[in-house]
Amino acid sequence: MALIQPDPTFYPSAREAMAAPREELAYVALLDATGEGRPDGLATIDLSDGSVASVHDMSVPGDELHHFGWNVCSSALCPYAPHPHVERRYLVLPGLRSSRIYIFDVKDDPRHPKLVKTIEPETIFEKTGYSRPHTVHCGTDAVYVSALGNVDGDAPGGVFTLDHDTFEPKGRWEVDRGSQALHYDFWWHLGHDTMITSEWGTPNQIEPGPSLELLVGREYGHRLHIWDLTKRRHLQEIDLGDQHQMALELRPAHDPTKTYGFVNTVISVEDLSANIFTWHLDGGVWKAQKIITIPAEPAPADLLPEPLKQFGAVPPLVTDISLTLDDRILLVSCWGTGELKAYDVSDPFDPRETGSVRIGGIARRDPHPASPGRALNGGPQMVEASRDRRRVYFTNSLYRSWDDVFYPDGVSSWMAKVDVADDGSLTLDPAFFVDFASDGRRAHQIRLQGGDSSSDSYCFP
Amino acid sequence: MDLTSALVLAGLGAFHGLNPAMGWLFAVALGLQERSRAAVLRALPPIVLGHAGSVLITLALVSAARLAAPPKLVSYGVAALVCGFGVWRLVRRRHPRWVGMKVSRLQLAGWSFLMATAHGAGLMVLPITLRAGHGTAALVSQSLLTTAIHTLSMLAATTALALVVYERLGVAVLRKAWFNLDSVWAVALIGAGVSAALT
Repeated sequence: MALIQPDPTFYPSAREAMAAPREELAYVALLDATGEGRPDGLATIDLSDGSVASVHDMSVPGDELHHFGWNVCSSALCPYAPHPHVERRYLVLPGLRSSRIYIFDVKDDPRHPKLVKTIEPETIFEKTGYSRPHTVHCGTDAVYVSALGNVDGDAPGGVFTLDHDTFEPKGRWEVDRGSQALHYDFWWHLGHDTMITSEWGTPNQIEPGPSLELLVGREYGHRLHIWDLTKRRHLQEIDLGDQHQMALELRPAHDPTKTYGFVNTVISVEDLSANIFTWHLDGGVWKAQKIITIPAEPAPADLLPEPLKQFGAVPPLVTDISLTLDDRILLVSCWGTGELKAYDVSDPFDPRETGSVRIGGIARRDPHPASPGRALNGGPQMVEASRDRRRVYFTNSLYRSWDDVFYPDGVSSWMAKVDVADDGSLTLDPAFFVDFASDGRRAHQIRLQGGDSSSDSYCFP
Repeated sequence: MDLTSALVLAGLGAFHGLNPAMGWLFAVALGLQERSRAAVLRALPPIVLGHAGSVLITLALVSAARLAAPPKLVSYGVAALVCGFGVWRLVRRRHPRWVGMKVSRLQLAGWSFLMATAHGAGLMVLPITLRAGHGTAALVSQSLLTTAIHTLSMLAATTALALVVYERLGVAVLRKAWFNLDSVWAVALIGAGVSAALT
């Protein structure tokens, strides 16, 4: 049923969204750690005290839930496809391993999301030619979903769309994919009708776990692709350099007049560093410039998992980044070293580090202030900033088969929160620590009730 | 055309101009993107012309039908069409997909034409034109006059709103002020259809 006034969680601009009421609930994807037949779950967290309000188990095991999203968001206010009287009430949860997609309704009882539709893998295969759905973004005209590969688990991966109202898959998005084959994330500059996509690897490359051979062979993704968002055509590729393996998360500036954004590469084969690039439009040509290098940290071999012993160092493994709605603070997860860093990126080509907290980490195992004596594993991974950029929530699991290589003792999962001061410094909230150890599943993507820094896009500056 | 008809046409024009989905919001967005009031004003003529084109084509098609078919048949046909379209607008939400934010003037006019047509802008105006006029010359002049009155009123409303929102209110006003005009629109269509059947 259409609303009389626009959904109150829609904002014409990111600036206005920063004045949104404080988030009360978080939705967190939980994935089965053992792979032995237990379904994944959707946890609802009460953010006032970090308690678990509910956990909804999926219908069947084996999904590997990753980056989910809302059915609609602030882009419904965009002037060329206006439909603001829809409701942000459905979460679209893709199973990265199963290719199944769940639709949850959170409207009637936000603390207990209700499963209302399941799109079976065969439907996705048949209607889109893709498999392994990974990231969901609410577009102006459809729900957009990225997929890591084709039905056989090989290249090309790409993007498909779901109907806004029925959630039926509408088909492959790309009309002309040009040189693009590998796929990971996607997002857009709505004000410039431009989509950006990134590259991880095909399902067959990544599902068995990280491969030293592929890494040394520089065969993981290292390119960005620029697309005409309305004509759905490939315009340009940007090679970040094949030493920079795995170009993952795309965080365009939220201000639609801006033409830049940030992407992280997980590991450099030359020195194990992780790197962050700024892409930008320069005289009609899209370019990328390396702006941050986070070096590996030396560590004794006996503290390291097998693949890292030979290096005597821990790579930072930057696996997620998040840009606050004022386009000012970039949060960076160093999953390997166990550090969450903050940079002031007001000048996107000259970042300034403003904060850091340590928790977990392959060698360090830093504790949380809530329990100073307890060594934690995993590290800051999926990170999400509140709309007012004052609070940042993060979890510690990456991807099951990869977790177990870097943390062979098995990731015991948690969710933590930092407070961000005006100067961009970070402080771990000692009172907020969600411990999923008793559940046994691993926390991944976080979505905040009513929207967050990576779920909405805006058409007005 | 009598004064009442002219006033109703002007009122419908203002109603169409008031709807953010008919174009003034697009003009504001383009102005904000370029940070220029001139960009707002540049966007309005193509939007208004696209809307007028949609109205005129609808009137022309029905005028042609009136020359070929008995008046009662045309009246009931128009009534059924307009009512049916209103009901369809009530039950079916559509997310038009054509252009993005970077548009040429021609695309903007085309977008406005499609939005007006998809919403049945011409259909809503149609019943007013059934009241008078027979013969080719009368129908042509009446269609042109109807479109002109409707369009001038729409232009005035849409320009005023675009400028007030761009200069004074800011787009944040949309969050409270953007009532679901689609429902009102659908009800207006049904009402127009009923009036066509009764006249």
